[in-house]
Amino acid sequence: MSILVNKDTKVIVQGFTGKEGTFHASQCIDYGTKIVGGVTPGKGGQEHLGRPVFNTVAEAVETTGATVSMIFVPPAFVADAVMEAAEAGIELAVIITEGAPVRDMMYAKMYATKKGMNTIGPNCPGIITAEECKIGIMPGMIFKKGNVGLISKSGTLTYEASHQVVQEGYGITTAVGIGGDPIIGLSYKQLLPMFEADPETEAIVMIGEIGGDLEIQAAAYIKENISKPVVAFIAGQTAPKGKRMGHAGAIISGGSGTAAEKMAALEAAGVKVVVSPAEIGKAVKEVLSK
Amino acid sequence: MNIHEYQAKEIFRKYNVPVPQGRVAFTVDEAVEAAKELGGKLWVVKAQIHAGGRGLGGGVKLAKSIDEVREWADKILGMTLVTHQTGPEGKVVHKVYIEEGADIAKEYYLGMLLDRAAEMPVMMASTEGGMEIEKVAAETPEKIVKVNIDPTVGFQGFHGRKLAFGLGLPKEEVGTFIKFASALYKAYMDNDAEMVEINPLIKTGDGKFLALDAKMGFDDNALYRHPDISEMRDLEEEEPTELEAKEHGLSYIKLDGNVGCMVNGAGLAMATMDIIKHEGGEPANFLDVGGGANPETVAKGFEIILKDPNVKAIFVNIFGGIVRCDRVANGILEATKITDVTVPVIVRLDGTNAEEAAEILRNANIENIIAAENLSDGARKAVAAAKGEL
Repeated sequence: MSILVNKDTKVIVQGFTGKEGTFHASQCIDYGTKIVGGVTPGKGGQEHLGRPVFNTVAEAVETTGATVSMIFVPPAFVADAVMEAAEAGIELAVIITEGAPVRDMMYAKMYATKKGMNTIGPNCPGIITAEECKIGIMPGMIFKKGNVGLISKSGTLTYEASHQVVQEGYGITTAVGIGGDPIIGLSYKQLLPMFEADPETEAIVMIGEIGGDLEIQAAAYIKENISKPVVAFIAGQTAPKGKRMGHAGAIISGGSGTAAEKMAALEAAGVKVVVSPAEIGKAVKEVLSK
Repeated sequence: MNIHEYQAKEIFRKYNVPVPQGRVAFTVDEAVEAAKELGGKLWVVKAQIHAGGRGLGGGVKLAKSIDEVREWADKILGMTLVTHQTGPEGKVVHKVYIEEGADIAKEYYLGMLLDRAAEMPVMMASTEGGMEIEKVAAETPEKIVKVNIDPTVGFQGFHGRKLAFGLGLPKEEVGTFIKFASALYKAYMDNDAEMVEINPLIKTGDGKFLALDAKMGFDDNALYRHPDISEMRDLEEEEPTELEAKEHGLSYIKLDGNVGCMVNGAGLAMATMDIIKHEGGEPANFLDVGGGANPETVAKGFEIILKDPNVKAIFVNIFGGIVRCDRVANGILEATKITDVTVPVIVRLDGTNAEEAAEILRNANIENIIAAENLSDGARKAVAAAKGEL
């Protein structure tokens, strides 16, 4: 078991024939992901990586039966691509592209929600169900199959956390990189109940960072609804106020969105919060051997 | 990206958001000329820097004659202005804004930004004009009126009424206020602003609303479609090293400690700063070298970190994914040939091909490159090296 995607999930790629799209789509295919085609307007009818290329998402969905789209189009076209996917009946759009304008994402997410499509990202590593299906840019070999669910705002910290979990002798069910932009798709609050309901997931790791209040919302949700043990790390404990730390959303504004307040809220919700990023694996071991 | 008050007011004028008359000046003579052109008997000389609290820092002065304009412009231009937002080192003032004096009957606050929880913009108004809004929010939150504006319907009358009545405006002023707020909404949305702040918004003796101050910030990701706003960028207001880093695709922020950090990925870069602190050290910077970590970017990273004389050791923390660690290790060795690295460098490479990478570093046998086994070992060694205890 897993959440959202598995070995049977049919995936198309928007921005299939571009440099990034090509490289990562072929890595996904090597991993075993069922990439059933792609979309590049104007290149419909061609074949790429041994898969059909379509002019529109609607055609791709109709022909292949895909339910998930992995989006690699340039930032200026992200909103358009997301809305096209939603219109075509895609159930989940995984938006890898970095640098999409906030205003565009605001409209795109509203439209996706209206059409009942889930989104992950933008500016994220994607989603991976270990040893079954990788939709994104993460190094697949780091994610060994196991019983820990992972939700993270940061790419490399996702890899770091998974690596530590594996080194302690455990593994991952599904890992979701939700991205660190001001407006993102699925977040802790939507993903936590999915892991709670997944029989294979026995513990959940959540990696947050400064800025916004998604982690605070998650803490309130965990307190009321999550029975499985949760381990959390919040990056940016030493970040100065008012400075944007790489991610567009990673900024402490007006004294709110600090790591300290997020850590305190999670701790109060019964979450095992680690201060050092090197302790994530050990903390998972601790909660699982209880 | 942030802009100056005089530039924000230019945008306001274009959108019919009422502002007092004013001119920007780069020299004392220009300031005097501007005051003469504006006419009247009262002027305000305002330092133009990208930071709030200018008035308290001595950067905003009232002039009752042309001679006083000259006097204040002379004092303010070239001064180092220290406010609660500039940090103790302050900022040098390169330009002043000369504005006509206004007849202030009452001061308010009006601002707009993205409400991340609601995923749409929020407009905020307060009767506590001139006060720091964060302070008002913390101490007297009931004095702030907020309204979310769904961008698919845009600014409606009811949005404006909620704010106007919330501020306690008499009914004959509500219409004027709504017009003002609606124009501000358009200026914010059209230009992909990240925030706009008018503090204070004033009501004049004859019942008009005027933006006495103006602050605007923009979404960097959207600048490509606003060439006019991109042109407003003032490089003098930005940290030169951070700018240089950006030109090379690196994301760098200087901090006060002595342990330099070079990391791939923003989240891991923040986490690296955290673990250095956790191990008893102080990070000297945030540096995300991005996914590539090739010899050129790593060399540039070393160069930028070493510009800070406080740096006593560098912790290179790379988690190799699709970029394999052996390639990163070679990159680090190449980089030490391009740039002279004078302090101990603690290298932690984990992930894909980490063992091959360790082998490469061992065989290279460079004295000040020290391999670390894992994240905490690396942080511990880097902190010890910075203290001269390694």
